[in-house]
Amino acid sequence: MESVLDIKQLTMDFGGLRALDHIDLDVKAGEIAALIGPNGAGKTTFFNCVTGIYKPTEGDMFICPPGKKRERINGLKPNQVTEKGMARTFQNIRLFQNMTVLENVMMGRHCRMRAGIPGAILRNRATREEEQRVVEESYAILKKIGLAEFVNEFAKNLPYGAQRRLEIARAMATEPFLLLLDEPAAGMNNQETKELDELILRIRSEEKISILLIEHDMKLVMSLSDRIFVMDYGRKIAQGTPEEIKNNPAVIKAYLGEDIDA
Amino acid sequence: MNTIKELKKSFLIALWFMFLTFPIMVIKVNTVEQTIDWRWNRLAMVGIFSFFASWIWRYLLQRKEMGQKRAEESETPTLTFQQRVLQNPKFTRPALVVICIFAAIFPFYFSMYQVNIMTTALIYVILGLGLNIVVGLAGLLDLGYVAFYAVGAYSYALLNVHFGMGFWACLPIGAGLAMLFGIVLGFPVLRLRGDYLAIVTLGFGEIIRLILENWNEFSFGPSGIANIPRPGFFGIKMSIHQSLIYIYFIMVAMVIFTIFVVRRLQDSRIGRAWIALREDEVACQATGIDKTKTKLSAFALGATWAGMGGVVFAAKTTFINPASFTIWESIMILCIVVLGGMGSIVGVIFGAGILILLPEYLRAFSEYRMLMFAAALVLMMVFRPHGIISAVRRTYQFEGSPEKKASS
Ligand SMILES: Nc1ncnc2c1ncn2[C@@H]1O[C@H](COP(=O)(O)OP(=O)(O)OP(=O)(O)O)[C@@H](O)[C@H]1O
Ligand SMILES: [Mg+2]
Repeated sequence: MESVLDIKQLTMDFGGLRALDHIDLDVKAGEIAALIGPNGAGKTTFFNCVTGIYKPTEGDMFICPPGKKRERINGLKPNQVTEKGMARTFQNIRLFQNMTVLENVMMGRHCRMRAGIPGAILRNRATREEEQRVVEESYAILKKIGLAEFVNEFAKNLPYGAQRRLEIARAMATEPFLLLLDEPAAGMNNQETKELDELILRIRSEEKISILLIEHDMKLVMSLSDRIFVMDYGRKIAQGTPEEIKNNPAVIKAYLGEDIDA
Repeated sequence: MNTIKELKKSFLIALWFMFLTFPIMVIKVNTVEQTIDWRWNRLAMVGIFSFFASWIWRYLLQRKEMGQKRAEESETPTLTFQQRVLQNPKFTRPALVVICIFAAIFPFYFSMYQVNIMTTALIYVILGLGLNIVVGLAGLLDLGYVAFYAVGAYSYALLNVHFGMGFWACLPIGAGLAMLFGIVLGFPVLRLRGDYLAIVTLGFGEIIRLILENWNEFSFGPSGIANIPRPGFFGIKMSIHQSLIYIYFIMVAMVIFTIFVVRRLQDSRIGRAWIALREDEVACQATGIDKTKTKLSAFALGATWAGMGGVVFAAKTTFINPASFTIWESIMILCIVVLGGMGSIVGVIFGAGILILLPEYLRAFSEYRMLMFAAALVLMMVFRPHGIISAVRRTYQFEGSPEKKASS
């Protein structure tokens, strides 16, 4: 099967610290892949490199959106990466706090909209129609994610779990083919985690979006993922199906001292 | 409220203030007779004043905290009284009608002096609304805003001196030149954030002023440019009084136009991008917004409005020199935005009204103007950090969705 994301030998140095050390990783179309590893392993750094926030020291990054040509994304700006169809969420929630929930989702649509300043001032037909369409589409996304009751609430007034889901909604609004989720279950209770589990599966099946997620909740990772990549100290130490990973001695060693409840 | 404890606290604060101000308020050295005057009655005054001031201060703080707690406890975020009033069409429609009628008949019932002051205030309203795009919406702290105001004013003055061009031709040219300056400055500068951006724009404002002051062949230096014509009206000759009224109405029209534009912008694709940029730059980029383009558009648009304001300013005063474009002007406009309420149109209008009109009517206190500004700003920071009028975001209704309004 075709890989939608293909990373080769990705390396990232911060001064003397090698946060990523020749990482190979790929995500296949329609797959849910997980990236796990102890704190400070370099998982978030990996996301930041792939989404253009950091410039990797070495390595090649390719994407292949379904139905399109394979292309290299090294050196693209974050917004260009998003335009190409990769959307992400953040480990420490980064919503637009003083905007309403609906507006947060509408921001995701921004790169799929045309209207410029003249259009905004004149409010011509095309602008009005586009605006109306985006409002409706955004509301539809909120309904799907289960946030419809909060439409006009400020993002900062949402409960924690809802904020995490709003980040996913905003990312979905950019019409991605690949969703990168950085610890989506962090700080969620059992009930919320279960709902998240269902949500992610639904996103994959209904929207045909592939998913790469970073997560510390092993139960969630094991139940969701088709394949798992394990990192430690910037290196990839294992990769495989949940079964293989569970029994991999190197992984167990890396996690020794941390509770692995799977 | 534990009264005895509060009394004791106020008493201690009063003592502390008496001690602190003792050297300057009480002791006065008479250098002629080589004696010291002890002005004990002043000490009593300081004591009584600070006693009651601290009392009121803490009462207000407590009220504010209680208000916050109430807002947190209730399920739906409650709108403040002010927001309810401003969003109630039963109130806003008649208020708008009254304001329009007042604006229309104002110059015919008041003296030239009053019309002049009001025109100045209106110029500051559009400057405030322009800067509000940059600071209030896009969150770019611009301390050199007055530079673009100067560009507008000098465009008109110089084009008139050298080419005899009229007000109406220069208005778009001045605005366009200011926008161009905004873009040219914005390109290198907008990669900076927060404080760095503030310093660089501040420097830019001063550079423009110094150029105008020192490049005599170009700008006529500190002596400035005089005899700038007032706006024409199809070549009809007007008395000074008539043309002041005319400028007043031009400004009213421009304010209405500006409000119209800003209102439409802030709920548009671009306006939302500005606000998102203010909220979180990294998230904004990761959501697919071109940071450079968005910042630049806010910066350039703000500059355009400063340019327009500058052209009108030159036409109104008929004389300009670099002294009109000092850093204080930038700070004044920034105060209007911050005091009024960042991102709020009504707030900026209020801010301009308070900061421009009040000092004119309170001439008696003009020596204490800066002191009062400072006090007002400090009080704002403590009691209303969002400004007098806080911004409200647009809400949307869908079938079956609960009717709620967003408020901060
Ligand atoms: N901008 C930066 N500058 C310098 N060092 C950094 C930077 N970002 C990350 N690092 C370092 O890189 C290493 C990997 O950090 P990273 O945030 O990627 O870990 P992580 O796997 O996401 O951990 P966690 O599970 O705690 O989120 C850490 O040692 C961190 O200190
Ligand atoms: Mg991380």
